[in-house]
Formats: sequence, structure tokens, C-alpha cells
Amino acid sequence: MPKKTFGGTLAASLALGAIATGVLHGCATAPADREVSERAEAMMKASFKPHGQAKLDRLDQDETQRLCSEYAGHSLPPTIVEKIRQANLATIRYPADGKLVGDWKNGEKIAQSGQGFQYSDDPAKPAGANCYACHQLSPKELSYGTIGPSLYQFGKRRGFTDETRKYAWQKVYNAQAFNACSNMPRFGYHHILTEAQLRDVVALLVDPASPVNQ
Amino acid sequence: MPSIVRRVVVAFATAGAVIGIAGGALAQSTADEIEKYREALQDGNPAELWEARGEEMWKAPRGPKKVSFAACDLGLGPGVVKGAYARLPRYFPDAKRVMDLESRLVWCMENQQGVAPADATKNVFGNGSAKRSDLEALVAYVTSQSRGVKMSVPLDEPHVHDMYRLGEKMFFYRGGTHDFACATCHGDDGQRIRLQDLPNLTKVEGAQKAYTTWPAYRVSQGELRSFQWRLNDCFRQQRFPELVFASDASIALTTYLAGRANGAEYNGPAIKR
Repeated sequence: MPKKTFGGTLAASLALGAIATGVLHGCATAPADREVSERAEAMMKASFKPHGQAKLDRLDQDETQRLCSEYAGHSLPPTIVEKIRQANLATIRYPADGKLVGDWKNGEKIAQSGQGFQYSDDPAKPAGANCYACHQLSPKELSYGTIGPSLYQFGKRRGFTDETRKYAWQKVYNAQAFNACSNMPRFGYHHILTEAQLRDVVALLVDPASPVNQ
Repeated sequence: MPSIVRRVVVAFATAGAVIGIAGGALAQSTADEIEKYREALQDGNPAELWEARGEEMWKAPRGPKKVSFAACDLGLGPGVVKGAYARLPRYFPDAKRVMDLESRLVWCMENQQGVAPADATKNVFGNGSAKRSDLEALVAYVTSQSRGVKMSVPLDEPHVHDMYRLGEKMFFYRGGTHDFACATCHGDDGQRIRLQDLPNLTKVEGAQKAYTTWPAYRVSQGELRSFQWRLNDCFRQQRFPELVFASDASIALTTYLAGRANGAEYNGPAIKR
């Protein structure tokens, strides 16, 4: 049985799901394996030191991180997929004024910047989203990574609709609301980006004038 | 020494040409040009300078006790360096611990040469001529003595096997503000960050290619970088706190990656961008 702390009802329901699935599938959650996981976690906590803004609490996993680590290298059971999606969908917040789209030009700058949250970074400077590290966006930028899919013509392909704008907001805010254990950081959930920055990144994806949609 | 410098200058000139070409070309041809740049770099590796300094240090009496590393057992007997790195990490009964090369060197400094722990790990990563790292030079020398030797980490030894399993868990451990694990960037084939190719360390071929080319001289830093440095800097980018040098977690992760490289010919210190 996991000894980890469960923050709330959401986490508790996830944990129950994990236990139930472990019994049914009997592989990724076998007790011997869990014992190794617990020792690995304890070892990590004794092997890192706080540095600048990166304190040891960064090693504390939330329930999604824990499940995604536990099932890494195994296929996620459908019940776990659904639990992770629902739990993360419930974290998404929307701007009070309902405005989801900002300035794509600023969004492009945020997409280019990898600044933020490393212990070597100045926490006073605005963080970037580093979208180009993993995605193709504007065709003008040739130096893009391939960990995520190409987002070229994101808005144009989906249509410049309210639905597309809302989906873009949700996806940037918390990608695991759709794709459980996605590699993509949860920019809204973890407060990596501010509300204004989220709007600007959404604009880069969905504004018809954005280079992404040319 | 001057010939090395000249060859590196040639490599930088090639790099300049790469950047010029990249401006108007497709990503694939950019990647091709970067590959040419890497090949040009292989021609002369300043790691030799670290290897030479490390060899001198290995043979000289050191520390308050004036003892050389001839007394240091890296697993194949006192003072034996040939092929030792290809068989690390391993369990050392005298220390009652699984150790990688760096932690073993520190152990020998402290326990045989009488060096104070704080002094042994004062400059673990160098920063220019003002702050040279003795450990990086020693690492360069010892690893160079395993060139051409097949990796054979003793995974059937129970302590090593346990560290391998712990390291595997660490590799997939997601955390921090960005939910990153090692596997986020190194868990699939053919991925890049920007234009930088990422080895898939979950596959034997990927782990072999990566592990057997560390330590490496990093052209962008002008430094010889050890495997401890490689892990430390990955975790920084992962937005984790700082990995403590020669800590158990660092040795566990090294054991996992070195163990997966078993069977491949060791080919370091290499040269990287």
C-alpha cells in the first residue's frame, strides 16, 4: 500500500483507482516494485540539496506525477487514464473576464524563451514556455524540437472558433486533461505562466494573424 | 598542444559556416551540417590536455599523507587503471558502498591520502584556468585508459543490481514544476530539443552510444565534463534541486545507464558541442 500523503479527495480517489488497478493487472504495482520506488524516492531526497529557488519540495510528487512515474514503461490502464484526465481537467481555471486570447507577438517571445524555474535562473525575470524546444510553430523558426507534435497551422486546421480557443487554453493550462501522462508541462496548473502569458501563448496558436497560422 | 588548438580553430570555422547555411536551409540539412561539424571536432580533442594532467596527478604523491593513487583500488587492484572504468560502478567492500569513478576517487583521497572531505570535493566541476578541477583531470585520465574496452558493469553482484533498479526508478521519476523525468527527453527514438538530438536511453543502443562517449570535452564550455557533471546539469534543466556530487542517487542513476551500456566498446573521453 502506498504510504504517500494524499492531498485531498481527488488524490484519494486516484489512489484507490491505482490500488484497484494494481490488483487487477498485477504488474506495474506489484509490492516488490513499490518497495523499490519508495527506496528510490527516499534516496533521492537524501541526495539533492536546495539551490536557489529549487527547494527539496520539488521532489514531492502530486498524484498525477506519482501515477505517471509508476506506470512509465507500461501501458496505462483505461481507468487510470480517465482518472488522470478528470483530475487534471478539474484544475483548469479560466480568466474572470472570459478573455482567452492575448497578443501573439508576445506569445512568440514566450514560446522562444526557456528562462525560468531552473536554480540557475533569476526568479525575478518572467518565465518562458520554451514551446520551440519541443514543437514546430512559426515556419520562420527552423530550430525547433520534436518531442511534441508540430503546431504549425494549429488554429487554421481546427478553425478559428470559440471551441478551438477554449481547447488551446485548456491544453496549455493542463495538457494532462486530455493526454494522461503527457510529456508537456502543465503551464497553468503549476503557475509556470501568468494568466496574461497564457493568453499570449494561446494567441500565438489561434490568432488568424499569427505566423503559426500562415 | 598547438596542433590541438589549430584543429579546434578549424572546427569553429566549420561551425560558423554551419550557422550561415542554417539561415536559409531546411531543418534536415541543418542537422546534416551539425553532424559535419561534430565530425570536424573529432579530429582534435583537447580532452588530451586533461588526460595528461590527470596522469601526472595519478602518479604523484598527494595529500597530507603524501600517498599517490598507486594505492587506490578502482576494482582491479591497487593502482590498476587499465580497463577499470569500463567495470564501474561496482561494490567496494572496504567502503561498503557501490561507487562510480568519481566517488571512488574521492574515497581514495580521503582515506588513503588524508585529504579533508571538504577539500576533496572543493572543485568538482572546473571553470576556466582560475578554477581548475583536479577530479575532472583524474577522471579524464582514468577513463582514457578504458578506451576500446567493452563495458561490463557487474550487474549480477547484488549491491550493484539493487542500485541499478533504484537508478531505473529515478530515470522515470517525474517531479518538479515541469513534471519532467529523465525519460521525458530520453525515452523515445529520434527526438530533439531545438536541433539537439536526444539519445533514447531506454534502449540499449541509445544508452551505449551516450554512456561510452562521456566524459567529454564540451567545446561550448571549454571544459572536460565528467558523467557526474552530465547528471548534475540534466537535473538543473529538469528544474530539480541540485544533485549532490557523488551522492547515492547520482551513483544509482550512473549504475543504471552504465549497466545498460554493457557490451559496447568504451570510447571516451569524447568531444561534444
